[in-house]
Amino acid sequence: MSEIRNARRAPQEPTAAIAPGAADAAPVLDVRDLERRFAGLRAVDGVSFTVGRGEVVSIIGPNGSGKTTTLNLVTGVIPPHGGEIRLEGRRIDRLDPASIAEAGVARTFQNGRVFGALTVADNIEVGMHATLRAARPFRRLSRAFLLRWIPLLAELWLALVPTRAVRRERAAAADRVEAELGRFGQRLGPRRDDFAYTLSYANRRRTEIARALALGPTLLVLDEPTAGMNQSETAEVLEQLLELKAAGQTMLLVEHKLDLVMTVSDRVIVMDGGRIIAEGRPEDVRRDPAVVEAYLGRRREPYAGEGI
Amino acid sequence: MLDTLIAGLLHGNVYALVAVGISLVFGVSNVVNFAHFSIFGLGSMLAWWFTVEFGWPFWVTIPAVLAITGALGFVINLTVVRPLARFLPIAALLATYAVSQILDNLSQFAFGPRVRPFPDILPTDDLQLGGLRIGTSDVAMFATTIVVMAVLGAYLKWGKSGRAIRATSQDPDAALQMGIPVGRIQHLSFIIASALGGLAGVFVALYTGTVSPTSGLTTGLTAFVAATLGGLGSMVGAVVGGFVLGVVEAFGIAWLGDGVRDIITFTILLLVLVIRPGGLFGRTPLISTEPLTGTFLGRGRPIRLRWWGIAIALVTGGVLVPLFADAYLLTVGTQVLVYAIIGAAFTVTTGQAGVIALGQAGPIALGAYASALLTTALGWPFWVALPAAGLIAAIIASVLSFPIWGVKGHYISIATLGIGIVIVALIRVAEPITRGAYGIYGIPAPSIGDLVLSAPLAYYLIDLAVLVVTLVIVRQLRRSHLGRVIASVGSDEIAALASGVRVRDYKALAFAISAFFAGVGGSLLAHQYTYIDPALFSIPMSLLVLTIVVLGGVNVPFGAVIGSLVLIGALEVLRVAPEIRVILYGLALILIVRFRPGGVWVRRA
Repeated sequence: MSEIRNARRAPQEPTAAIAPGAADAAPVLDVRDLERRFAGLRAVDGVSFTVGRGEVVSIIGPNGSGKTTTLNLVTGVIPPHGGEIRLEGRRIDRLDPASIAEAGVARTFQNGRVFGALTVADNIEVGMHATLRAARPFRRLSRAFLLRWIPLLAELWLALVPTRAVRRERAAAADRVEAELGRFGQRLGPRRDDFAYTLSYANRRRTEIARALALGPTLLVLDEPTAGMNQSETAEVLEQLLELKAAGQTMLLVEHKLDLVMTVSDRVIVMDGGRIIAEGRPEDVRRDPAVVEAYLGRRREPYAGEGI
Repeated sequence: MLDTLIAGLLHGNVYALVAVGISLVFGVSNVVNFAHFSIFGLGSMLAWWFTVEFGWPFWVTIPAVLAITGALGFVINLTVVRPLARFLPIAALLATYAVSQILDNLSQFAFGPRVRPFPDILPTDDLQLGGLRIGTSDVAMFATTIVVMAVLGAYLKWGKSGRAIRATSQDPDAALQMGIPVGRIQHLSFIIASALGGLAGVFVALYTGTVSPTSGLTTGLTAFVAATLGGLGSMVGAVVGGFVLGVVEAFGIAWLGDGVRDIITFTILLLVLVIRPGGLFGRTPLISTEPLTGTFLGRGRPIRLRWWGIAIALVTGGVLVPLFADAYLLTVGTQVLVYAIIGAAFTVTTGQAGVIALGQAGPIALGAYASALLTTALGWPFWVALPAAGLIAAIIASVLSFPIWGVKGHYISIATLGIGIVIVALIRVAEPITRGAYGIYGIPAPSIGDLVLSAPLAYYLIDLAVLVVTLVIVRQLRRSHLGRVIASVGSDEIAALASGVRVRDYKALAFAISAFFAGVGGSLLAHQYTYIDPALFSIPMSLLVLTIVVLGGVNVPFGAVIGSLVLIGALEVLRVAPEIRVILYGLALILIVRFRPGGVWVRRA
C-alpha cells in the first residue's frame, strides 16, 4: 500500500508559495503507521501522511473507508492502537482531546455539535478556552492529580472577582468573538444571541467552524463541513475555506463533495478499507485508476485476511 | 463461614431476581427503572396483605402478587416510561425515580409504616447441611429461582417473543424494520420484569420473616448495583452479579457489622463504574452519540428579571413579608429560602454541567453536621461555622465523588445517588463523632454579642441575605467564561473536549459549587431545627431538591426560588400531610418532565 503513496509524495510547491515565511521543515502534522481496530475490523490500517504548514490536505474515500476515524484519532477523540502522531514535532497520540486542543488542533464534527444551551456568541467564546491565560492561572497543573484543583479554584475565584488583567482578556475575547462572527456576518450576525439549539443545520456548521477558529488553531480539522448544505451554501463555505487558505491556515479536511475538495486542496489523500490507496495533487488523484475503482466499483476478488 | 456464604447466596437470590428485571428493561427501553425497586417492595407488602389479612393460601397469593406487579409494570411503561424514553431518556429516569417515591408512599399510606412479621409458610430450619440448619423454605426459594431463570433463559433463546426481546435490546430501530412490534415487546419486558420483581418481594418476605412498605429501595438499589456489576442489559450478568454481590455483602457485614451495608454496595458500584463501566458481561460504547442532557436543556429561554422585577421580589421578600407575616408564615418562609439557596446553586450542576444528581441530601447532611459539630463541640460562632460548613460539605462531597466524573450517560446520576446514600451511611457509622442515629441536640441559635437571634424573623432575614448572596454569586458565575465553559460541558461533552475543556474537572467543580451551597443550606437548617439526625437527610429530601430545580427550570437559578415557593411554601400553607407531599413532589416531577421539560420559569422557544 505504501508504494503508491511514496511514488506520489512529491515536494509541494503550492505550500511554499502560500507560506513563504515558514522556514521550519517539520510538517505541522506528521502521522505514521496509524492503526485502529474495532472488534477485529481494521478501520485504520497503517495510515501515514503529513500536512505541511499552510497546506490544505483533504481525505476522500467511500463510506466506511476510515476517514472520520482518522480524524478522530488525530484529535484524540478515540485512542489509536498503533502508530505515531506528531504536531510540529511533538507527539500527541497519547494525549487526551483537551490537551490536543491546547496543543493547537481545533476540529468540527460531521453532525454539527454545538452547545445547545449557549448562544452563538457564547459558543464561539468557549472555543477560546484553550487560549485564555489571565482567567486561568496555574494552567500547567491542570493535568496533575489533585493539584488540578488549584487552577480550577483559581479560575472560579477570578470568574467571581476578576482582576484587571482578566477584564482586559475578556474584552479581547469579546473582540475575537465579534471577528469570528463577522466571518459569517450575513448568516450568524442576526443570530448572535440566539441559543444554538434553535439554529438551522447549516448555521450549526458555521457556528462550529467559528468556534474552532476562535482557538487560533495550528491545524484546523474539518469533518464534512458542507454535509447537509445546499449548493449555494456549499459555495459560500468554499469561499470561506479559500479565504482561510489564503490567510495561511493549515487544514485537514474530510469531504464528500469532490468539486470543493479539488478546488481547495493542495493535496488529496484517498482512503479505502482503512488504507491510503492514492495520494497527490488533486488533478493527479482524479485520474488515478485505483481511485476510480474505489469510487465506481471493482471486480470481485477474494479477500484475504480481511474482515473478522 | 459456611452460614455466611449461605446467607449471602439467599440474599443474592433475591438480588438476582430483581437485577434480571432491571437488566431486561434497560435492554429494551434503555432506561434505568427506579420504579422497579418499589414494585419489589410492593410485592412483599401484597404477599403479607393476602396471606395474613385475607388468609389466602400461599399458592393463590403468589399468582395474585405476580399478576398485580406485572400489571403495574405495564401501567408504568405505558404512562411514564414510554412517552419519555424515546426523546428524553434522562427524563424517563427522573420520572421512574418519582414513580418509585410515589409507590413507596402510597404503600406506606395504605398499609401503615410499621414493620410487620411475615408468617412461615414452609419450615425455616428443618434441614441439616454440614454443621448448619437451613429450611425447606430456603431450598424451595433457591429451586424456584433456578427454575425461573432456566425458563427465562430458554424463552429468550428460543421463544418467538423472547427472541424479539433480544433483537429489540440490540437495536430497536433495526428490530422495528424487521417487523417486530417494539412497543409491545417493551410492554412485555416490563410485565415480565415487574412480575419477577414481585416474586423477589415475596421471597424477601419469606426469608427475612418481616415486611415493611419502604424496604424496596435499599434492596432495589443493591439489586441495581448487581445488575451494573454484571453489565446492564445482560441477563447472565444480572444473575452472576446478584449472587456475587449477595455473598460479598454477607461477608462484609459479618466482618464489619450491618452499618456498612450501603457503604459496601456503593463502593462496589463506584469501582465497577470506574474500572469497567460496562460491567462483567456488558459493553460500553466508545463515543456516546447522544448528548444526553443537551436536549433537556434546550427547551426555552429563561425569563430574565428586569430591574423592576428584582425590585418587586426584594421588596416583597425583604419588606412586606417581614412586616406583615406572622411567626408561622415566617417559619415557612425560612424553609422556602433555605431550599431556594440549595436549589439555586444546584442549577450549576443540573443545568449548566448537565449532571442530574440524585443524592443532594448528602452534601446538605454534611453541612448540617459540620455546622452542628463546630458550634456544639468546638464552640465556634454560627457566623464562622456557616461558611465552614459549606467548605466542609464541598470538600468531603468532592473527595467521595472524585472517581465518578468520567462515568458516562445515566450512570453518573446513579453514582450521585449512591454518593448521597453513602454520605448518610458514613454519618450513621461515625458514631463517636456524630452520635449516629441518636442525632445531635442543642444546636445553638445564631447570636450577635449577647443578642440571641432565635426569633423566626431573625432566621428569615439571615436566610434571605444568604439567598441574595447565593443568587448574585451564581449569576456572576453564569456570566463569566467559566460559567459558559461549565454550560458547554452540559450541552455536549465531546465538542467541549475538542475545544480544550477538561470535562471531568468542570463537572467536579460544578458539583463542588453546588455542594458548598447545599452545605450552607444544611447549616441554616440545622441551626433552625436545633436537632438533627441522619433520618432527616433521606431520599425524599434529595427528590425535593431535584423537583424544585426541575420545576423552576434546571438551568434557571431564579426558578429554584419559584420551585421552592410552590413545593414548600404552598404545600405547607395548604397543610398537606408529609406522606402526601412526597406523592405530590413525585407527580409534579413527572408532569413537568412530561409536559414542560424546560421548567416553568422559561419562555417557550
